Amino acid sequence: MTTIPASWFLVLAAVLFGVGAFGVLTRRSALIMFMCIELMLNAVNLTFVTFARTMSDIGGQTTVFFIMVVAAAEVTVGLGIVVAVFRRRSSTSVDELTELQG
Amino acid sequence: MHSSLYVSVLIALPMLGALVAMLLRKTPGASYAVAMATGVVEFALTLVVAVLYKTNIPGAAGAAGFDFATRHVLSAPLGLAYDVSLDGLSLLMVVLTGLVLVLALWGARDQRREPAFVAWLLVLTGLTMGSFVSHDVLEFFVFFELTLVPCYFIISGWGGKERNRAALKFFLYTFTASAPLLVGILYLGFAVQHQHPTQGLSFAYGTLMGASISHATAVWLFVAFAVAFGAKSPIWPLHTWSPLTYAEAPTAGSIVLSALLAKLGSYGLLRFAVGLLPLAMTSVRPYVMTLAVIGIFYGSILAAVSSELKRFVAYSSLAQMGFITLGVVSGSTIGVTGAVLLMFNHGVITMAFFLMIGFLEKRRMSTQIADFAGLQRPMPVLAALFTVTMLASIGLPGLSGFVSEYLILIGTFTTHAWWSVTAALGVLASAVYLLWAYQRVFHGRAEGANAALEDASSRERWVLVPLIVLIVVLGVFPKPVLDRISPSVHTLVTMVATASVTK
Amino acid sequence: MAHLAPLIMIFPLLGFLLVLVNGRSLSDRATGAIATSVVGLSFLASVACFVLLLHDKSREVSINLFDWISVDTLHVPAALLIDPLSITMCLFVTGISTLIHLYSTAYMAGEKDFRKFFLYLNLFVFSMLTLVLANNLVLTFVGWEGVGACSYWLVSFYFDRDAAASAGKKAFVYNRVGDIGLLLAMFLLFQHTHTLTYLSIFSATSSLSPTVATLVVLALLLGATGKSAQIPLFNWLPDAMEGPTPVSALIHAATMVTAGVFLLVRMSPVLALSSSGRMTIAVIGGVTAFVAATIATSQKDIKKVLAFSTVSQIGYMVLAVGVGAYGAAIFLMVSHAFFKALLFLGSGSVIHSLGGEQDMRKMGALAKWLPLTFPTFLIGWLTISGVPPFAGFWSKGDVLTNVFAHNKILWALGVVTAILTAYYMSRLFVLTFRGTERFREVTHQHDPHESPLVMTAPLVILAVLSVLGGLLDLPWAHGFSLTHFLSPTFGYVAPSAAQSTGLQTGLALVDVVAALIGLFAAFTIWRDRVESDTFEKPFFEHVWRWDDAYDATLGRPLTALAHVTSDVVETRVIDGAVEGLGGSVRRSGEGIRKLQAGLVRQYALAMVLGVTVIVVYLVGRVR
Repeated sequence: MTTIPASWFLVLAAVLFGVGAFGVLTRRSALIMFMCIELMLNAVNLTFVTFARTMSDIGGQTTVFFIMVVAAAEVTVGLGIVVAVFRRRSSTSVDELTELQG
Repeated sequence: MHSSLYVSVLIALPMLGALVAMLLRKTPGASYAVAMATGVVEFALTLVVAVLYKTNIPGAAGAAGFDFATRHVLSAPLGLAYDVSLDGLSLLMVVLTGLVLVLALWGARDQRREPAFVAWLLVLTGLTMGSFVSHDVLEFFVFFELTLVPCYFIISGWGGKERNRAALKFFLYTFTASAPLLVGILYLGFAVQHQHPTQGLSFAYGTLMGASISHATAVWLFVAFAVAFGAKSPIWPLHTWSPLTYAEAPTAGSIVLSALLAKLGSYGLLRFAVGLLPLAMTSVRPYVMTLAVIGIFYGSILAAVSSELKRFVAYSSLAQMGFITLGVVSGSTIGVTGAVLLMFNHGVITMAFFLMIGFLEKRRMSTQIADFAGLQRPMPVLAALFTVTMLASIGLPGLSGFVSEYLILIGTFTTHAWWSVTAALGVLASAVYLLWAYQRVFHGRAEGANAALEDASSRERWVLVPLIVLIVVLGVFPKPVLDRISPSVHTLVTMVATASVTK
Repeated sequence: MAHLAPLIMIFPLLGFLLVLVNGRSLSDRATGAIATSVVGLSFLASVACFVLLLHDKSREVSINLFDWISVDTLHVPAALLIDPLSITMCLFVTGISTLIHLYSTAYMAGEKDFRKFFLYLNLFVFSMLTLVLANNLVLTFVGWEGVGACSYWLVSFYFDRDAAASAGKKAFVYNRVGDIGLLLAMFLLFQHTHTLTYLSIFSATSSLSPTVATLVVLALLLGATGKSAQIPLFNWLPDAMEGPTPVSALIHAATMVTAGVFLLVRMSPVLALSSSGRMTIAVIGGVTAFVAATIATSQKDIKKVLAFSTVSQIGYMVLAVGVGAYGAAIFLMVSHAFFKALLFLGSGSVIHSLGGEQDMRKMGALAKWLPLTFPTFLIGWLTISGVPPFAGFWSKGDVLTNVFAHNKILWALGVVTAILTAYYMSRLFVLTFRGTERFREVTHQHDPHESPLVMTAPLVILAVLSVLGGLLDLPWAHGFSLTHFLSPTFGYVAPSAAQSTGLQTGLALVDVVAALIGLFAAFTIWRDRVESDTFEKPFFEHVWRWDDAYDATLGRPLTALAHVTSDVVETRVIDGAVEGLGGSVRRSGEGIRKLQAGLVRQYALAMVLGVTVIVVYLVGRVR
């Protein structure tokens, strides 16, 4: 069985990262933005794992664990805020949340 | 050498008094009594110090002629120290500070019932005292900057209609202008440390004097220092904060601002800009003198067309500070002595002016010149006191203003004749604007509300009498004061002259 | 002497302090009595010092009172110099002051500011004596400015009137312009001789180069023109007539206005160093004398005529100083004090009798109503016109004789002025005392009354002095004359070639003829007239438009400058810059604020772009 070249994984991760970034920048719904952020984080995870495999350095995989924990914590807090906002405004559009403007 | 405890008490006592006054703030009467007592003791102590002062204390460069000296290093790595001393230049300022405190407390009737106000006044006095007696440049800067805080609160808390704007403008203006000063001080301190690595970081006056810097650096540093001190004095064109601030401050605030804090600027210019940077003097002297002379005429012209009394005094002060600045950079012992004496004399004169304006304001609720006319008829005593003060400001011989102005002019003439000649014309200008104002307010017919005004009460007279006496006595017999000032001035001037020649 | 001389000055000061401290508890009578007697005592002290000085061989006594200002190389003592010049000045200043104080006790009776009047008057005498007795320039300056301040107070005595208030201010300001000259002279002298004491300066004149000496002399001249009301600073004196008449008599005729001449005479050793300086002085004096005389011919107010007359006579004195005839100048000063005070006090008597009227068109035929004022005024009139044998003839003649020896043109100018002097004084005399009665309207049909004895006695004394004054300095009494007494104090004066008696008599005749021409002209023209367009030119009446000229060249431009400075430079330029700085900080803040729109996506975009930039940069560096 031929091994899949590492560059394909990196390209996939880059594409996922790009899609996620694009989604964060263009979507209005807070939930979708969070999902895109998750996408970006997981793209990064993929990159780390790939390099861990190619460079035979376990450090990459431990970093992935850190990222996953941080992602989980951030999503919890973030979704909590989104739910609180949704209760007040019945909308998840981030464009309406401009009270903290200069 | 006398104990430095006298001087330390002079700084600490008002702070303590402020603390006690605030503790007693539920009973305004007691609070004021404590404040007044503190003021009287403070003033008495300044007189004691003035009498005890010895003029010929030996010492190294930067330490000769300083009495009541001491130095305690607070933090060697940061270069912080508590370093105080007194010499001929600061002696009069210390006495003036005490005098201003007592009279400001007594004369400012409306606010004296408020403990916060008297507390701020006391704190301000303590900080000013600290600035005048600092022998460490960084310590001076700390006190210098801190004085802005009580000032801000005094103006914004008890001032006139536009007090907030005035307080803010005053604070931001002088604060921003002091930034270059800090930079300069730090530069000098680090330069010295770089040149003498074993001595550690120190900002003592004598240490910084020994910094060997290039001519160009000295000039830049002088400009930096001059911006800071020039905003405070004020020196034209850094003066535009003062008319608004003097007009909107409460009477006691205006008194302290113009009689005392303005002198911080001139004192700083003399002690630190001229004293620490003698190399720059030959190059910058013509420019500073030109600004000073412009200030004399500018202030006179604007005073002449001023429609409001407090602004009038503000512009008049600008003109007088022009004379002081001229004397400070004149480079002649006679001129600088005159400048130091004028700092004191002008403080006394401007205090009297603001007190009298305060009396008028209390009666008519206005300081617009147009509201007054013919006051000499209903208020002959006040008119007489105003006349004496006015003539002193004009420089009539026999009164204190003449001695100082004359010394400045003749001293400057020996080194820079043309500036002195032009400044002498300023003597004419001061006569014009002061007499013109006097005519508008006191001469003519008194009608309506003006005719019904009451003359100065005995309380008001008693506030002014010591000032008038001082004006007359110092005009006739300035010798004891001059004898105390001139040795220190001579030391400074000689040091500047030799330094600017040898390098 | 050391104890007596300071008393000359201390007595008036004592009077001032006594009246000041006792305030309202003193009655008007007591105030007047104290004020007059202290000046009288001062006069007696002056006489005593004069006698003592005559017996002193050196004729020069310095009395040190205390060390006043002492800084570095500047040493100014409060010290007195008693020499012939200062003692002469003291004598006539205190003498005439006593007479005028006495006169004022009646003239100012009933005024509500009676006490203040005598306060100022005593302080004035004290200042004038300080000026005269000082042994150094700075102490002289104290007295110099002191008399200026007292003049300010006394001219604006009736301060309810705007005209009086403005006149006082004008007097002070014009004096101040002159004072700058005196200050500059002091600075120059100090810079070159390192001293300000008269005697030390005089022994150090070798350190003054001709240029410096000329500058000093010109500066002193500026000071003198301010104080003594000469061109170009003379137009304050007529305005000063707003003050009460005794003030005009004392300050603006006999004493303060002579201070400028005194200063120049005192500094004669320095004047000796600069011939161009002396020439300038002489020209100024001569021209002023002439100009003022022309103005006096067209004035309608009796005091204004006398005021311009004073300017003119002082012009003669200055002219004499300019040609080096210091003795003649002082002689004229002393005799002028006598007759001008007489004329002013006499006019005061006239004004008093008419209830305050000063316009000569409303006087006339007062001779029979004022039996004491009339003859004394007549003597004064003849004296000033230069009719022998009164004092004016001798003193003015002395001046003109000396001028003739140095400059014929100025002499001719002086003679023309003498004609004019006789003319305008005779015009005044005719309009006031002869002719028809025109005052019934102002006195409401009452008869004018003669003044009380307290006022007329000084007139009589002054009249006697005017008659006998010539004896002070008769041309042939060389050993026993004022000039001889004073000459040790004068700097080197080029001796005028001894003029033959024939020439002197000839010149004297010219003077007499001049006086008679003026007299007859006036009598002929003004016997039947009260006003005249041909003989009262508006140009002269309005002081050769001098005030207007100053207003146009200085007054209005400076006012405009002041307003421009205040409205444009201060508010818009300088403060504009400051406020503009604050404004620009605020505006940039508002601009930057817009970056924070609160839109999360915008922040995200910014982050992405920023990261991209950094990454590209880093990747670029790797290569």
